[in-house]
Amino acid sequence: MLEIRDLSASIDGKPILNGIDLVVPTGEVHAIMGPNGSGKSTLSYILAGREGYAVTGGEVRLDGVDLLTLAPEERAAAGLFLAFQYPVELPGVGNANFLRTALNATRRARGESDLDAVQFLKLARAALRDLAMADDMLKRNVNVGFSGGEKKRNEVLQMAILKPKFAILDETDSGLDIDALKIVAGGVNALRGPGFSALVITHYQRLLDHIVPDRVHVLAGGRILRSGGPELARALEESGYAALGLEAVSEDTAAMAAP
Amino acid sequence: MSAFVEPRDPIQAATEGGYKWGFETAIEMEIAPKGLSEDTIRLISAKKEEPEWLLAWRLKAFAAWRETSEPDWAKVKHPPIDYQALHYYAAPKRKPGPKSLAEVDPELLATYEKLGIPLRERAILAGVEGAGEAETRPDVAIDAVFDSVSVATTFRETLAKAGVIFCPISEAVREHPDLVRKYLGSVVPQGDNFFAALNSAVFTDGSFVFVPKGVRCPMELSTYFRINARNTGQFERTLIIAEAGASVSYLEGCTAPQRDENQLHAAVVELIALDDARIKYSTVQNWYPGDAEGRGGIYNFVTKRGACRGARSKISWTQVETGSAITWKYPSCILQGEGSVGEFYSVAVTNHHQQADTGTKMIHLGANTKSTIIAKGISAGRSNNTYRGLVRMMPRAHGARNFTQCDSLLIGDRCGAHTVPYIESRNPSARVEHEATTSKIADDQLFYCRARGLSQEDAVNLIVNGFCKDVLKELPMEFAVEAQKLLAVSLEGSVG
Amino acid sequence: MSAAFAETGLPSRKLEAWKYTDLRPLAALAPAPAPEIVDTAALAADLPPLPGPRLVFVNGRRAASLSVPPPADMVADLATEGDPARFAPAPLAALNTQFAQDGAAIHVPAGHDAGTLALVHLTIAEDAAPVFVHPRHRIALAQGATLTLIEYAGGRGVYWQNPVVEIVLAPGATLRHVRIQAEDRESFHTATIFVDLLAGARYDAFTLGLGARLARSETHARLGGAGAIAHLAAVQLLRGTQHGDITSVVAHDAPGCASRQTVKNVVDGHARAVFQGRIEVARAAQKTDGYQMSQALLLSPDAEIDCKPELEIFADDVKCSHGATIGALDPEQLFYLRARGIPEAAARAMLVRAFLAEAIEAVSDDAARTLLVRAIDAWWEGAR
Repeated sequence: MLEIRDLSASIDGKPILNGIDLVVPTGEVHAIMGPNGSGKSTLSYILAGREGYAVTGGEVRLDGVDLLTLAPEERAAAGLFLAFQYPVELPGVGNANFLRTALNATRRARGESDLDAVQFLKLARAALRDLAMADDMLKRNVNVGFSGGEKKRNEVLQMAILKPKFAILDETDSGLDIDALKIVAGGVNALRGPGFSALVITHYQRLLDHIVPDRVHVLAGGRILRSGGPELARALEESGYAALGLEAVSEDTAAMAAP
Repeated sequence: MSAFVEPRDPIQAATEGGYKWGFETAIEMEIAPKGLSEDTIRLISAKKEEPEWLLAWRLKAFAAWRETSEPDWAKVKHPPIDYQALHYYAAPKRKPGPKSLAEVDPELLATYEKLGIPLRERAILAGVEGAGEAETRPDVAIDAVFDSVSVATTFRETLAKAGVIFCPISEAVREHPDLVRKYLGSVVPQGDNFFAALNSAVFTDGSFVFVPKGVRCPMELSTYFRINARNTGQFERTLIIAEAGASVSYLEGCTAPQRDENQLHAAVVELIALDDARIKYSTVQNWYPGDAEGRGGIYNFVTKRGACRGARSKISWTQVETGSAITWKYPSCILQGEGSVGEFYSVAVTNHHQQADTGTKMIHLGANTKSTIIAKGISAGRSNNTYRGLVRMMPRAHGARNFTQCDSLLIGDRCGAHTVPYIESRNPSARVEHEATTSKIADDQLFYCRARGLSQEDAVNLIVNGFCKDVLKELPMEFAVEAQKLLAVSLEGSVG
Repeated sequence: MSAAFAETGLPSRKLEAWKYTDLRPLAALAPAPAPEIVDTAALAADLPPLPGPRLVFVNGRRAASLSVPPPADMVADLATEGDPARFAPAPLAALNTQFAQDGAAIHVPAGHDAGTLALVHLTIAEDAAPVFVHPRHRIALAQGATLTLIEYAGGRGVYWQNPVVEIVLAPGATLRHVRIQAEDRESFHTATIFVDLLAGARYDAFTLGLGARLARSETHARLGGAGAIAHLAAVQLLRGTQHGDITSVVAHDAPGCASRQTVKNVVDGHARAVFQGRIEVARAAQKTDGYQMSQALLLSPDAEIDCKPELEIFADDVKCSHGATIGALDPEQLFYLRARGIPEAAARAMLVRAFLAEAIEAVSDDAARTLLVRAIDAWWEGAR
């Protein structure tokens, strides 16, 4: 279970998040929607522990563990996974080496033994098949020369292999065609179950047609302004944020939120 | 009517040929005896009616000069310079202010005409009474330095209304001694290098600009430098100060008569930018380059440096170097203020036997300082053209950035193009990127142009202008036109 | 130290070529000639794991007990006089000429593929005052011959190793030259390599600099025949107060030659890395293809890199370019790795290895590449 209590944060002294309260119980998938600059990506980066943000108040717990005091790798070991909106390219780092290092680091943190190269390859190939990805994906350097869609699928591949307890998908649908979208959604749905929960950040209903959320939250001006069932997302898609009385997002907040 | 130089038909200019500024003015001159000694310096100081502190300052520079030797690291060669065989002071004799153009020494007027200075400015420069201020607002104020002295400065009253001081530095020493004393030598100290020390000892004139806090200088400022007298060195000194929030754009142009012997020009330019100030300094350097066999021409040994002292200040150097037999010149920026910005845009063209060793230094001291260097070198004939540049990131330059792009173009196989960057970093968060290429004008590019009806020469000009575009676009409009013509003239006879 | 040394003197920083490397600490060392080590067999454990023929030099003298000699027709008598004109720009090579005692003279006959040969230098100065060694090697490949030469330098104690290697490649010959400098961190290592390439010859060099308190690797390659190719790759990993200098001059004297200089520096602690590279293109060398790339990673706030990639061009129909980048590890990349659960130290090591990967992969000899990877791994182990 992920619990966010009264979380506030700023960049260079400018407030971006202004008291977020959000609980995602184990086994549930929640969606966060909101206009540009509402603080969605900031929230995901703060959960994952990126530098450059000052948490000015509140707390975040994953199954009772205080995430905010942990280094990014310790959060990953605790079971948190962020699918990046803009996956980073790592020239010279092979995908297979990267994945195995990440997996074994996580396993070690959980008190499990390392997988050897053969065991790892077996696992990785199976995950590739499930996501309809070619084996040579493993030989390529991480995200280098990948198309936008390939990068997003690579994020989901990593998630499938690392098997986190809690995943944040930050606009994983952007830049995907409909076939890729279905594959990505399939990857997320395959993990759904009693030991997994997720926060899906998106602008569009179409992803939520494939990953049906248990709850939908609307984030604006650094706060959760509205929560509801899947029907809230459809209402937003049809009539926009303004119709829901959410136009009162200040220009300031919108302009500075992008990191 | 706005230009520093009246626009001429570029095609006509490109086809006229040769160095068009090589005339000599037969004008009555007052010249100091040859040679350099403490007595020479005392004479200059006395002629200028200088205060005691400045004489002491000069003598200190002279002592420093005697302790140093000529720099030998540049890729330039020249016979030894006999510093005792030069005149260190030469000035046109001036009579009391003439009443009209008709009373002005016709040779002086003719000189301005040949330099392309518009008629009304000619009158002002010649000191015609009442010609000083125009009814319509001008775009350019001009200071003209003829050999050792500033002959006239235009539009001073208009500038004064805005609080801007623009006058010969010799006058600034008298009228604004506190400002001069505070800033002179604060960027380029007397003993900085051999030529700067020489200049500090014997400088005779140059421009002084002071833009007070918050003032945006209402017009472009321009200085026109002219070496005329024989066997003289020209040692002008320019000092520009932009206080907090001030901004100024300054242009300089230079020409010299065509002579068989070499002449020395050793100038010093100091720029100071305080918080949020901006200084843009543009040069079109067209000193006499010598003839096609390499006889004569100016030795242009110049120290130019700007200090971005204030936070977010910006100094931008743009230069088009087509003249001089030898150019030794590195307009630099000391980026001290946090977030300050330095820029260097350069086109250097060498033809025949010209030698150029030019570039910049960007010294990053402060956090988040930024510099950009774009240098284009074009070599033709038997010339040698070197880009030499230093980028230094000091330990406190957190988050500093530099980008450098140097491109060389060779025309013909008897010339040389060299790139000598020095890149030094002592801060891991600073990022430096340097790129350089060397190429020639491709035969297929030439053929393509000629197949569209361009002459070989026009095709070369077209391609060269394209090669230099990133720099030329930084020049004020009138200068850009002039610079393009100069490029064409400089490269005449280099192909075919 | 001998009078001759004092007369010759060491180059000072006033020389442009020595602007960034100060030899005064070496001058202060006042080393004496290295004594002979009698029981060389006891040093077997110090040898790097290299299969195949090897010539081992201990304190500058050939150690038969440790060597696995190549075929007899490959080894000839050594002449150490050197070409004064060629040595003029490299004062330390002239010094080597004065003091050189021993070295290898290798000759590969025309058309012959001589496989891999290792030259190993061990300098042992543990119990003695500082010593110096001036090894001198001459490698000549006849027409169409091929050789992979692996040079390894290591030792213990305070010493100065000043090797000179002269290489002549006849038309169509190919030399792959892998050099690993893993000297004691108290030592000095200054190597000068002269390479002459005739038409169609190829020189592929890879230099790894890890050791020494002060090191300089200086290569002078002359492309004297049409179509010759030289690729000089170098990697330095420096920490503590180490000073490492990679200097290379590639002279294109003939048309249609290609050269590459690619240098990667990783600098930690208070260390200082230097790269000086020059491409010289003579008037006759039309259709030259010259390229230089210097990339540096600064891992600590006290690390320093000085870099001077230089072009000197006298021919117009050429394609020459260079690039240089300096920076720290990319924080975005570091965060991405950590967000996937990889601890910071491992993530940093992974990114540094990735930075070096392309250069290491270019080394075609398996044994050499393995040795390089191990040496780099050991460097990381030493970092902890």
